[in-house]
Amino acid sequence: MGGLVTSHGAGMAVPDWPTTYGYNMFLFPISLWKGGIFYEHSHRLYASFVGLLTAVLAVWIWLAESRQRLRWAGVGALFLVVLQGTLGGLRVTLFKDQIGIVHATLAQIFLLWVSGIALVTSPWWLKFSSRPATAPSSARLTYSYAAVTGLVLVQLILGASMRHQHAGLAVPDFPLAYGKAWPATDPDSILRYNQTRTETTAYNPITAPQVRLHMLHRVGAILIYSAVAFCAWLSCRQLGFRQPMTRMALAWFGIVNLQFLLGAATIWSLKAADVATAHVVTGALALLTGAGLVAMTLRGRVGTVTPHSSPMSEPGRDFSRQLSVEVAR
Amino acid sequence: MKHLTLTAVSLLAAIGIGSAGDVTGKISLKGTPPPEKPIMMDPACGKSRGDFSLPPAQTRFYVVGKDGGLADVFVYLKSGVTGKPAVPATPVNIDQKGCEYTPYVSGAMVGQKILVSNSDPVLHNVHPTPVPPNKEYNKAQLPKGPALEFSWDNAEILLRFKCDVHPWMFAYVGLVDHPYFAVSGTDGSFKIANVPPGKYVVEAFHRKSGKPVTQEVTVGADGAKADFTVEVPAQ
Repeated sequence: MGGLVTSHGAGMAVPDWPTTYGYNMFLFPISLWKGGIFYEHSHRLYASFVGLLTAVLAVWIWLAESRQRLRWAGVGALFLVVLQGTLGGLRVTLFKDQIGIVHATLAQIFLLWVSGIALVTSPWWLKFSSRPATAPSSARLTYSYAAVTGLVLVQLILGASMRHQHAGLAVPDFPLAYGKAWPATDPDSILRYNQTRTETTAYNPITAPQVRLHMLHRVGAILIYSAVAFCAWLSCRQLGFRQPMTRMALAWFGIVNLQFLLGAATIWSLKAADVATAHVVTGALALLTGAGLVAMTLRGRVGTVTPHSSPMSEPGRDFSRQLSVEVAR
Repeated sequence: MKHLTLTAVSLLAAIGIGSAGDVTGKISLKGTPPPEKPIMMDPACGKSRGDFSLPPAQTRFYVVGKDGGLADVFVYLKSGVTGKPAVPATPVNIDQKGCEYTPYVSGAMVGQKILVSNSDPVLHNVHPTPVPPNKEYNKAQLPKGPALEFSWDNAEILLRFKCDVHPWMFAYVGLVDHPYFAVSGTDGSFKIANVPPGKYVVEAFHRKSGKPVTQEVTVGADGAKADFTVEVPAQ
């Protein structure tokens, strides 16, 4: 929902907060949900619903859960969602694009946080709580997954910075950039770019830092593509092709491929709102998949199945079979 | 004696010694501009345009007349103005009609009232996005609601207004600290009226071109003429 708001350039379409055009936001007439108001107002209502669900989750975990850290994780989720809502409001009332970047980044962190709670409260996690610690052969995988997931998070922050500084089309062609591998950013070139840009909804002139930011995002995309490909290859090599963890790493690579195409399509479509939003959603999915891989390897669920060892003799064998079942579900 | 001097000065002003002239000219475009794009509006805005008998909306990157005249160029005295001219009492009016700001480009003096009205049957938010220290606002405006009033204390060329409900809506206001400015019409012509005699630097700024062009003029009783050429790079 937040992605749609920014993609439609509607972040400021409702000038007041927490009211909507002077109305209590829950009583704002549907007949007035037009244009950018529709996206911004429905985003606010949806956020309120997520806040309510998070409050229920926090109370529920506090009452029902015996694991102390998990209970506090529920409280942490509630804190994050309240902070997120407040940031969203301040972005509107203080006119700060920078708050929008933090707002977009915190959304990703909140997603990871509640997904983490979902993971550790899942039957799958509880079922294998007595398994041995991570095998030595998976340590390299853990570090690789973690490093690349961190890279994905940095890329998402770069992407959020681009979107909230309206630099998504600072370079309007792909795979080249203004016809070159790396565009010139001297004042005359920037002036020429602005004279010939033909956007209909973002008339503010682009700047050299925006062009560089855009190009940094492209470099980040290439790095991530290579790094996730490496993780998938490493998983195949260490765990074998049929291991569920490997399949998940391959799915991660598939997601990054899709993300790469959506990034290109965002430019080719001149930042069509639906395409740009799909790009944001797929980015979040890439982050979540990487974090999931990290969580599972940290939990010691990988086992030591390698092409050079017999799966039947490894302590992770049963886990692998179980994990296959869980993934299949 | 003091009263006598003041009376003499007032008299000289009244009979036109050192009388003001107009700076006139034409802005021409050199080069081939990128083609304009149609603006896809939502049904409510489409209906509003129909009610006002407005043609389908399109971008206004370079509005060029038949003989190459360029519209929407803000022309003003960049330097040479002395004293502290009074702020005009009449406000600058901008309307929202058919989900477009009209006029697209206008001018105002710092401290002068700018009134933004809404003739449309739809909600707009009026969101001027000036450069600090000028203050940013974002105000809701109901259909056919009362006009919103703005004014700023610092010169800025050009100050952008936008509507986030309808993200294709933009207007630009040239803010200067004197009343000597104009915006070129559809034929590219402009007239800066009642300029006191003296030497000035006149600047013409087109939003999309982004590159100001200037020239010096000497204004006498007959005014002065200043033609400009704005270039657009090859596509």
